[in-house]
Amino acid sequence: MRRLALSDEILLSIEKPARYIGNEINMVVKDIDKVDVRFAMCFPDVYEIGMSHLGIQILYDMFNQREDVYCERVYSPWIDLDKIMREENIPLFAVESQDPVKGFDFLGITIQYEICYTNILQILDLSQIPLLAKDRTEEYPIVIGGGPCTYNPEPIADFFDLFYIGEGETVYFELIDVYKEIKSSGGTRIQFLEKACRIPGIYAPGFYDTTYFEDGTIQSFLPNNAYAPIKVRKEIVHDMNDTYYPEKPLVPFIQATQDRVVLELQRGCIRGCRFCQAGQVYKPVRERSLSFLKDKARKMLDSTGSDEISLSSLSSSDYSNFKELVYFLIDAFKDKYVNIALPSLRIDSFALDVMSKVQDVKKSSLTFAPEAGSQRLRNVINKGLTEDSIMNGASMAFRGGWNRVKLYFMLGLPTETTRDMEGIALLSEKIAELYYEVVPIENRSGRIQITTSASFFIPKPFTPFQWANMCTREEFLNRAYIVNDKIKQQLNKKSIKFQWHDADVAVLEGLLARGDRRVGKTILCAYKKGCIYDAWTEYFNKELWQEALEETKISLDFYNTRERDLDEILPWDFIDTGVTKEYLIREWKRAHSEKATPNCRISCANCGVKVFEGGICNEGQN
Amino acid sequence: MKARIKFAKRDSMKFVGHLDIMRYFQKAIRRANIDIKYSEGYSPHQIMSFAAPLGVGLESEAEYFDIELNSSSPPEQMIAALNAVMADGIEVLDFIQLEDKSKNAMSLVSAADYQIVFRDAYRPDIDLNQEIKHFYEQDEIIILKKTKKNEKEVNIKPMIYKLSADQNSVYMQLATGSVNNLKPELVMQAFYQYLNKEMPKFAFTVKRLELYLNGK
Repeated sequence: MRRLALSDEILLSIEKPARYIGNEINMVVKDIDKVDVRFAMCFPDVYEIGMSHLGIQILYDMFNQREDVYCERVYSPWIDLDKIMREENIPLFAVESQDPVKGFDFLGITIQYEICYTNILQILDLSQIPLLAKDRTEEYPIVIGGGPCTYNPEPIADFFDLFYIGEGETVYFELIDVYKEIKSSGGTRIQFLEKACRIPGIYAPGFYDTTYFEDGTIQSFLPNNAYAPIKVRKEIVHDMNDTYYPEKPLVPFIQATQDRVVLELQRGCIRGCRFCQAGQVYKPVRERSLSFLKDKARKMLDSTGSDEISLSSLSSSDYSNFKELVYFLIDAFKDKYVNIALPSLRIDSFALDVMSKVQDVKKSSLTFAPEAGSQRLRNVINKGLTEDSIMNGASMAFRGGWNRVKLYFMLGLPTETTRDMEGIALLSEKIAELYYEVVPIENRSGRIQITTSASFFIPKPFTPFQWANMCTREEFLNRAYIVNDKIKQQLNKKSIKFQWHDADVAVLEGLLARGDRRVGKTILCAYKKGCIYDAWTEYFNKELWQEALEETKISLDFYNTRERDLDEILPWDFIDTGVTKEYLIREWKRAHSEKATPNCRISCANCGVKVFEGGICNEGQN
Repeated sequence: MKARIKFAKRDSMKFVGHLDIMRYFQKAIRRANIDIKYSEGYSPHQIMSFAAPLGVGLESEAEYFDIELNSSSPPEQMIAALNAVMADGIEVLDFIQLEDKSKNAMSLVSAADYQIVFRDAYRPDIDLNQEIKHFYEQDEIIILKKTKKNEKEVNIKPMIYKLSADQNSVYMQLATGSVNNLKPELVMQAFYQYLNKEMPKFAFTVKRLELYLNGK
């Protein structure tokens, strides 16, 4: 019988003990004595969230294909266990072997959203690993971060030995080899880091110093170690059909947030929405072939017994073989009762046909993401969705029996005026009225139901809006009230439900997204005051964060509400995503002149990612 | 075609709750390519029903659920197919083909055997065998049962069909199912009360040894 890290007494006094016992279907078991490198792969949030993440499953499978490496998993203990582990001094453990993480060679942390930063400190703290990289001596694991937030790693730079910038499938094995070599020759931690930082995509934050002007902006950001490169270029997978992809994903016992197998269709996005970080940093678009996806779908469903498969990517409707893939999945697994979880699609006759085949029309809803309330502002953000196409899609859908609509918008976008805000209410109303126009009374199944949601715009690094000023909490709420008031004045106010995000969380996310190294102290301070699970509304503690900002003298004005100069050194400028600053500046200026830019399939905007010589840039369609 | 599957739930699997075990078997049946019948309607689901839920923390040597099949292989092949896709700690012990008109396991459950094992530090310093004997020889065993509204005294003795002990374990057969249902923890609570002792929280582990279905 496997020994568990936690006693029966503890496991029976906490919620969902199965979060911590491992033993899931398709868990990899290895003989610890026969591996050279132990890698703890962490998702710093609760198990059910972490288990829903495809990236970890890909890397878990990839690492474990190597006989000399054992990759295990770690998640944030929930609040109840967190308390017990602190009281009883129990070190955080990996779910596979149940061994303490502090004895591993690597602790890899995937960083998917800024608001998880205090949970990273929780992981380190419970693992009994010094929070600051500079305090770690030889015996501690190398702490390495990866994932989208590492496109500005500076606010959390003090907590990591290394960052992996870009897609994990490419240079991890090289990094492991370097580690083995140093370890077997009796080398030191510093020697390893010096060698590691010469691998493309690997960033060692301790080898860089920042100086600041009196006004607080960055004066210089330079290596302090001869081996550290001035720029770090992101890593990308070149051939999406000749790479790692799990055929036996893990199957948790407790229900994961996404209880299904996931098929990743493509990486990158052709659209170039100016607010979207993923769209810029995952360029160029690289598609997986139909045969690759069909093969993986079958293998994953067979090995997991899952009854649902979801299709994942940015802007899935743009995937070239989308139609063929979806009809294949419907036909191939129909008699096995496999449900297909569709991503949000561009609503057209094909989408409606597919939706009616895989969803209950009465229960499902149409999703549109106009993002802004007026065509003018949609041009500013380069969201190529017109009111006509929304109305046409909705009209078709209403005739087909749908009567639920979800609309997604952002508030606080650059150049936004009261008219743009009110446009959100007007568009919602127009869609409601359309329903009564196109659906005869005898065919209506109740009232039209529209849910209009507004998130608050947060400028992100490596987007054309990276220089933009961000609203204050009060300004965000003020804009939400303007929309709300307008909706309440309209005829169909009872059919339109308007909701908006938490403005305090948005403001914090803004700080963490565009912060520099000085913000690390604020994160540490907030954590020490007890902030943890900030992504969970019931645990987000605005007051403690406010105190931390004051004590560490970090001004939201400087980081959020200030518009940055185009020639200012930005904290993330040392990262080379392929997308050039010249392109981003061009796009920032086009935004101000309300000009849309065609997508990559129509014409090349010379963003710079051609340097990777891959994906759509090489297809010769431009 | 109906079938009843018997399985054991051991070791760390005791931390996986009843609903999760149901979902676990739904997937296991798909992995094993069992030709299970699905319900009609918009969201079809496997026709499967469990006999008696087992609480988190309890191990069992005898859990049962019924399924409906379109086709089946001989029992030993079905057992092998399922065991090939089980997680450590779950073992399929039996596969019994049932007549089409047989009632489902849940409605047939009548009793269960349990073994209570004291954890090392918690073994009461008494002659367990003798004390259990005296405890069971009482005319009535009264406990306070808390309902949503109030507390009432209940005589649980009629629901204890057998009770005995050896050096470190207590064995009991208790009424189980929809008519009468008695949990082993409640019997132990009454026993501690009888000894005039406070029952420590994690004094013992509980294992279900057998589940009796009417007529079996």
